[in-house]
Amino acid sequence: MEITVSPEKKDTRSGFGQGLLELGASHPDVVALCADLTGSLKMNAFEKAYPERFFQVGIAEANMMGVAAGLATAGKIPFTGTFANFSTGRVYDQIRQSIAYSEKNVKICASHAGLTLGEDGATHQILEDIGMMKMLPNMTVVVPCDYNQTRLATLALAEHHGPAYLRFGRPSWPIFTPAESGFQIGKAQLIKSGKDVTIFATGHLVWKSYEAAKELAAQGIDAEVINIHTIKPLDIEAVLDSVSKTRCVVTAEEHQRNGGLGDSIAQVLALNSPLPMQMVAVNDSFGESGTPAQLMTKYGIDTADVVAAVVRVLKRKK
Amino acid sequence: MTSPMTTITDVNELKRIASQVRRDIVRMVHAVNSGHPGASLGCTDFFVTLYFNIMMHDAKHFKMDAKGEDAFFLSNGHISPVWYSTLAHSGYFPVAELNTFRKLNSRLQGHPATEEGLPGIRIASGSLGQGLSAACGMAEAKRLDKDESTVFVLHGDGELQEGQIWEAAMYAAHRKLDNIIATVDYNGRQIDGDVNDVMGLGDLKGKWAAFGWNVLEMDGHDIDAIIKTIEKAKAMRGSGKPTVILMRTEMGQGVDFMVGSHKWHGVAPNDEQLKTALLQLEETLGDYPEPKK
Repeated sequence: MEITVSPEKKDTRSGFGQGLLELGASHPDVVALCADLTGSLKMNAFEKAYPERFFQVGIAEANMMGVAAGLATAGKIPFTGTFANFSTGRVYDQIRQSIAYSEKNVKICASHAGLTLGEDGATHQILEDIGMMKMLPNMTVVVPCDYNQTRLATLALAEHHGPAYLRFGRPSWPIFTPAESGFQIGKAQLIKSGKDVTIFATGHLVWKSYEAAKELAAQGIDAEVINIHTIKPLDIEAVLDSVSKTRCVVTAEEHQRNGGLGDSIAQVLALNSPLPMQMVAVNDSFGESGTPAQLMTKYGIDTADVVAAVVRVLKRKK
Repeated sequence: MTSPMTTITDVNELKRIASQVRRDIVRMVHAVNSGHPGASLGCTDFFVTLYFNIMMHDAKHFKMDAKGEDAFFLSNGHISPVWYSTLAHSGYFPVAELNTFRKLNSRLQGHPATEEGLPGIRIASGSLGQGLSAACGMAEAKRLDKDESTVFVLHGDGELQEGQIWEAAMYAAHRKLDNIIATVDYNGRQIDGDVNDVMGLGDLKGKWAAFGWNVLEMDGHDIDAIIKTIEKAKAMRGSGKPTVILMRTEMGQGVDFMVGSHKWHGVAPNDEQLKTALLQLEETLGDYPEPKK
């Protein structure tokens, strides 16, 4: 695909807020719940436009998940909003029993995921949420890469029946995917084609991987970059198609190595086509306070880390 | 509003159904040597009265979304035997299916679940403390849809030790969900002993009242009182407050060697105990058949 980078940057959470507002008009059954973070989640516009369909639950996330499950039982399409940490680990059992096992059509929308939350520090920088959510049967896990894609993913989830986890973040980020096309739940998105190595990336790391691919091109390395915005169900066909050409793999994500995208890709490779692989991810540690840029560098999930992983994996390639 | 399939107003007839439900409960848990007879027996009169007298529901055409009909949530899912038996006798599924309880490939899971598609069940429960939140969601949806029906939810008293209950209690009052009628099975017992010894609930009536709820009390073994109290609770619609009923029951009610002891919370009777129990419970509607060997 042709990448067009927008001159402006936006946070992915604003893409969620915009998508939710549009759903308010197009889908009368869409309702929204928030646990005292309406501004942070960019849900104010929906709240203002559809006050009777907006439920402020206060700082009580466990109850929020249950209320959402009850609304879904009655045929509504609830979108819950809070930080990723409080959307998953804090309420795991509520999600497991009342939403996933009960097959409720609840959309768990989670902002401020990962290190790029920044200065708030490790209490809020969840890096385990993808793993927790992808382990749950019945759960769809979507991690869009920019503003446009987060908006499209939000719209798509209203049409997708079943429990889903939508992960996005806080920082302003480049906008480089199409505004109105190119997103389909469960379908990997080709960002740049190449023949030497495949970089599978998700979330903010898609942009970093695209930057890395440009640097690698200057070194004569032709990297393919594929955006795995849907961690589950994983587009296995797209993964195997790409690696059949490139024969080596790098994964890149703002998440723990354990339980993340890399894990999912490694499983596909091990079962189908074992190949050299490197993972760019946080390696079994908590984050800390700092700017998003500082943290990405310190914890090894920056452009340079993707480049280094590619160089390493190419050495292992037979 | 949907009419109930059968509204039984004769208290003696309700008692006869309750006797059969109690027989079913002890037979079901005996057959698989597992399950929770204690509070199932304790809540039998409540379940039978709710399903055969109080609720507006259509057992033959189960609707997950409960549009236009009353909805019931069981938050303390471990008392599934009483619910399954009541649902079956109400017509949600064949009574004969009770002999699959807790067995492989059954719709009658140990704790209630939706995954196997058992009619009458709207959400899984078992991990405690979650039912009131779901009831709040259903109540919100009914209000949005201008649906005048009622949302019922049952809790164990030990279950009230879960924090989520009080999150939901605060929510229901703040949101003025006066279409919710919660009932607490106030039997004073939990697995490890008396609730007062394990983790006392203190002034339970005062706690609910302080959270902004109407609080009623009733004897959970007096069917006439159950009918009158729930009717009173329904009449509180318009008060702007949700209503909770503290229902005094005895764990193991109806079987003399089980009554009033926490020891029968989650233990099945042996062959001899089953015989003794069944002698005390009249077979009124016919026992469900034993499974074919």
